[in-house]
Amino acid sequence: MIVQELREKNIKTNTEPGLLKKWVLITIALGFLGLFILVPLIAVFSEGLNKGIELYFASLTERDALSAIKLTLLTAAITIPVNTIFGVLAAWGITKFNFRGKNILITLIDIPFAVSPVIAGLVFVLMFGSQGVLGPFLEANEIKIIFAVPGIILATIFVTFPFVVRELLPIMEEQGTEEEQAAITLGASGWQMFFRVTLPNIKWGLLYGVILCNARAMGEFGAVSVVSGHIRGLTNTIPLHVEILYNEYNFTAAFAAASLLALLAILTLILKSLVEWKTRKH
Amino acid sequence: MANKKKRHRVLPGFGLSIGYTLIYLSLMVLIPIAFLFLKASTISLAEFWETVTDERVVASYKLTIYTSFIAALINAVFGTLIAWVLVRYDFYGKRIIDALVDLPFALPTAVAGIALTTIYAPNGWIGKYFEAMGIKVAYTPLGIMVALTFIGLPFVVRSVQPVLHDLDRQYEEAASTLGASGSQIFVKIILPAIFPAILTGFALAFARALGEYGSVVFISGNMPMKTEIVPLLIITKLEQFNYAGAAAIAVVMLVFSFVLLFLINFWQWKTTKKYQMN
Repeated sequence: MIVQELREKNIKTNTEPGLLKKWVLITIALGFLGLFILVPLIAVFSEGLNKGIELYFASLTERDALSAIKLTLLTAAITIPVNTIFGVLAAWGITKFNFRGKNILITLIDIPFAVSPVIAGLVFVLMFGSQGVLGPFLEANEIKIIFAVPGIILATIFVTFPFVVRELLPIMEEQGTEEEQAAITLGASGWQMFFRVTLPNIKWGLLYGVILCNARAMGEFGAVSVVSGHIRGLTNTIPLHVEILYNEYNFTAAFAAASLLALLAILTLILKSLVEWKTRKH
Repeated sequence: MANKKKRHRVLPGFGLSIGYTLIYLSLMVLIPIAFLFLKASTISLAEFWETVTDERVVASYKLTIYTSFIAALINAVFGTLIAWVLVRYDFYGKRIIDALVDLPFALPTAVAGIALTTIYAPNGWIGKYFEAMGIKVAYTPLGIMVALTFIGLPFVVRSVQPVLHDLDRQYEEAASTLGASGSQIFVKIILPAIFPAILTGFALAFARALGEYGSVVFISGNMPMKTEIVPLLIITKLEQFNYAGAAAIAVVMLVFSFVLLFLINFWQWKTTKKYQMN
């Protein structure tokens, strides 16, 4: 009887005032997200398209915009494989073996997350710039890194350094070593084990890390801005192209280029949700 | 113990993976950062001190820390609320909203910067209403806070969400049947359980905001002593070819971020240990 009464009371407390509270909280949450996330997103497209669709496409297909798009794609095409190979190897070593100093190694790998993008660019200027440590040597051999494409790629690798390995660590830790041990005991070679056992197990986590790494690589601004020198048609990535156009008060073209990056961000979120959904199903 | 030994013996690739990791980590991260400290040490200690305590530099530290702190605080409150709504309630379009929370991670900072500046400029969509009330948002510290709130938004939501999701509801039900009100349940039962997660999210958002450049540089107006953040000051020094000065300020900032990162890791380690013990 008492239980019955209590249950009724409990149900009552969850009804009308509860329902009102629910909708008030949902409204505040959606209002906040709308103000801070949806409105800026809409603004990018609306400002890019406000002088008509023709100007929008014209500003995306002019020479400097195309070279910025090309450089951004090139940067991502180099950064992602390099950081993916590192990520898989590092995660393999860290999760499948026991050794001293493991936590220190993980902390060191996390460093680029704690470093301001501007400082990430600065360290490469201090190394390879004309006043830098290796500056005289590079100049003597006519190698240009700072204010050139290699500097942009180096800075991008630095800021995206932990993305893949960070996604793999918890997954590979959880999976343990039994399946791999079984494969090796049954006579598989190291590569057979990796491609037939390990890789299928981590593929979604790996993809997740690659998606995040790609978004950051294509969108990085601070670090790249420091090392690029902003040479039009040569060392401008899309974010830097956006900055130059914006500072020239060429807002429509700036937002048109920015809308490409916004589309990339939306695509990233969609792929990310798909991967999350896939992994939850497994 | 036996298992440990076996793992070493059976699986291949220990030398290759850890060796490659150490070399790559050293070349890409550790050596470049070591050079930063080396460059900062090329000036005398007195000069270093003078550079990092210059009036304009100190003003930028204060501004950066204060705007980052307020932004992280706003995110702690609204982030917790958003996490609550996403975990506890069902409504139409919830999955899209959930995915959108990560937009600040995915949207390049320069894009966020110009979009927010345009919206909050005196004649912008939202800025004009503030202007009518006599409040300027863009090109003031308030604008910096808006940008930093944007980039820090996902941190608190994403650290509170899983904890709230795993929270056992039986304690809330027990408290409710014993006559506790909704706010009592929240303050006495739910808040203590999710507080470590809120604090972690707060610290991550704060740390991220301290180093943020792209989204702030457009909306801040970059006035020395008023709206000039530390990363911008580093770039200014670099453009004046004052490399050692830039390195000195960067070292101060880096040490500050490292201490913060260390505290976050220590805190997380302590709370997970406590959690495992229970």
